[in-house]
Amino acid sequence: MKEISYIEAISEALMEEMERDKNVFILGEDVGVYGGAFRVTEGFYEKFGEWRVLDTPLSESGFTGAAIGAALMGMRPVVEMQFADFISCAFDQIVNVAAKNYYRWGGATPIVIRAPFGGNVHGGSFHSQCPEAWFFHCPGLKIVAPSMPYDAKGLLKAAIRDDNPVIYLEHKYLYRRIKENIPEDDFIVPIGKADIKREGRDITIITYGAMVHTALEAAKLLEEKGIDMEVLDLRTLLPLDKEAIFSSVKKTNKAMILHEATKTGGIGAEVASIISEEMFDYLDGPIIRITAPDTPVPYSPPMEEFYIPKVSDVIKAAEKLAAY
Amino acid sequence: MAEISKDVMTDIYYWLKLTRTIEDRVTILYRQGKIQGGAWTSHGMEAISVGYAFALDKDDIICPYFRDMGAFLVRGVTPKRIFAQYLGRKTGVTGGKEGNVHVGDLSLGIIGFPSHLTDNYPVATGVALSFKMRGEKRVVAACTGDGGTSRGDFHEAMNFASVRKLPVVFFCNNNQYAYSTPLRFQMAIKDVSQRAIAYGIPGETIDGNDILSVYSAAKRAYQRARDGEGPSFIECKTMRMHGHSEFDAAKYVPKELLEEWKKKDPVINYEKYLTEKKIVTSEKLAEIDKRIKSEIEEAVEFAEKSPYPEGKDALEGVYKV
Repeated sequence: MKEISYIEAISEALMEEMERDKNVFILGEDVGVYGGAFRVTEGFYEKFGEWRVLDTPLSESGFTGAAIGAALMGMRPVVEMQFADFISCAFDQIVNVAAKNYYRWGGATPIVIRAPFGGNVHGGSFHSQCPEAWFFHCPGLKIVAPSMPYDAKGLLKAAIRDDNPVIYLEHKYLYRRIKENIPEDDFIVPIGKADIKREGRDITIITYGAMVHTALEAAKLLEEKGIDMEVLDLRTLLPLDKEAIFSSVKKTNKAMILHEATKTGGIGAEVASIISEEMFDYLDGPIIRITAPDTPVPYSPPMEEFYIPKVSDVIKAAEKLAAY
Repeated sequence: MAEISKDVMTDIYYWLKLTRTIEDRVTILYRQGKIQGGAWTSHGMEAISVGYAFALDKDDIICPYFRDMGAFLVRGVTPKRIFAQYLGRKTGVTGGKEGNVHVGDLSLGIIGFPSHLTDNYPVATGVALSFKMRGEKRVVAACTGDGGTSRGDFHEAMNFASVRKLPVVFFCNNNQYAYSTPLRFQMAIKDVSQRAIAYGIPGETIDGNDILSVYSAAKRAYQRARDGEGPSFIECKTMRMHGHSEFDAAKYVPKELLEEWKKKDPVINYEKYLTEKKIVTSEKLAEIDKRIKSEIEEAVEFAEKSPYPEGKDALEGVYKV
């Protein structure tokens, strides 16, 4: 075992996969000489050269399309979006080309799109967004969003080895703040499997990304108030691990969903719907969503602090739900 | 221009005529209500896709667009699979998941066509990138329309291909109309190939109705790509001789323009060229026509007798498991 940070876990996964399989390569803006805006690929260019670590022109659609073409030829490209916000420039290539190739004509498209997402870094509306719901509505894609170094490493390896397009959402707030002891051997975290990060009996909170840590902190404080909250980390958003969601709700009979993305049409809306459709008889109270409000991400610290769901928001919601 | 053998010229005639005859039949099937949705053909523009595909080697790849029936045929999609595809049958190229030439088949080196024109240009750069990374001497041909060159993906792909000197040849079928929009509302330049200058890519404008010009220009550009000299752009000037699709009467196209281009029909003129130059006898051509006719009859019969997929087959194949 060794202790590594969330960002180191991502770098290690990439490095090990590139060493394991010569078809794996990286492309994106400033990923080469500079080592990536967040330094995820620092040293890669020196080790693998300019044809496996490609600095691309500023053209998200163009290089995502290029990744798709290379994938169709048997390569395993990993695209880096400098910020998840810029993924919108490649929207068409992702949802119409990558996501539909296999269904339409059998063209398996194993690409990974890494996208640093999320706020709390004073990045304003174009460096803080959570774009998962834009892609959640698109069959053919897989979406993962790890919260811990172990999951970050294992999910990235799984994504690279997967035969389908995977959007890998890495939360930039966690990069250097979160550390964990992880095994030194090769391992993967299977896509499509949620993980209970804290067991509890009274309430289930379903969450992912940086909000897992908010939920865990809240759970600690709630324990003092006599509320035992289970924290279910989705890890994979698409496809959702229904089994894990249902079995937790069956146990606690109370469900909350917490995400940093905005509320309307978000992941939480879908999770609430499937619980209500299939687990209605097990519910003792309403399904509660704790999310950002329906606005762009504001810049100024007081506004951003207001915007991103906080521990106190979770506690308030949990107390309300516990009363049922 | 290198000498083109009599056999090659005869083969080209077969593909050109097969493309024309298949699409004529597609039009009839559409009017009979047997083809649902829409039907888009390359009538009057067949020389472009036959030419660029015929000039490729077997291991090369194409990223075609929707007026490239000829390319699909030349690469080896059989008329049986084509008609079954148009009729939405299980035996079609996509088993009914898609219609028309919205198909791909990697075993034949064909990457599927998305309706969002020029989406396949960036995809083609990635195909070429993989060849270059692996040191393979293969090339990729991508095609789009004149309207498609106004999209951002055109720019992003041309730029990236040039920066990395990728073995890709970009074709543009300039048929002068993007649906109903004439070129003058699409761009303020005389030739689409002028766009290539900005990327440092050699751009060429050729007569898209002259199959031998297309074939020769494609051959030259492919050789250049194989030699490591990078991408080329070839604008094939032609004219869309019908509506955007079968349901478009195209009243916005001046009659005189169509009259003028009718004289430049790529199939009729090539036929004339072959017989007048005594390269192939008219008897031989008639024989080929007969063979095409029977192939098509057989293919249509096969398609009409083929089963439809079941409704629930729609649930299959969203993910590769």
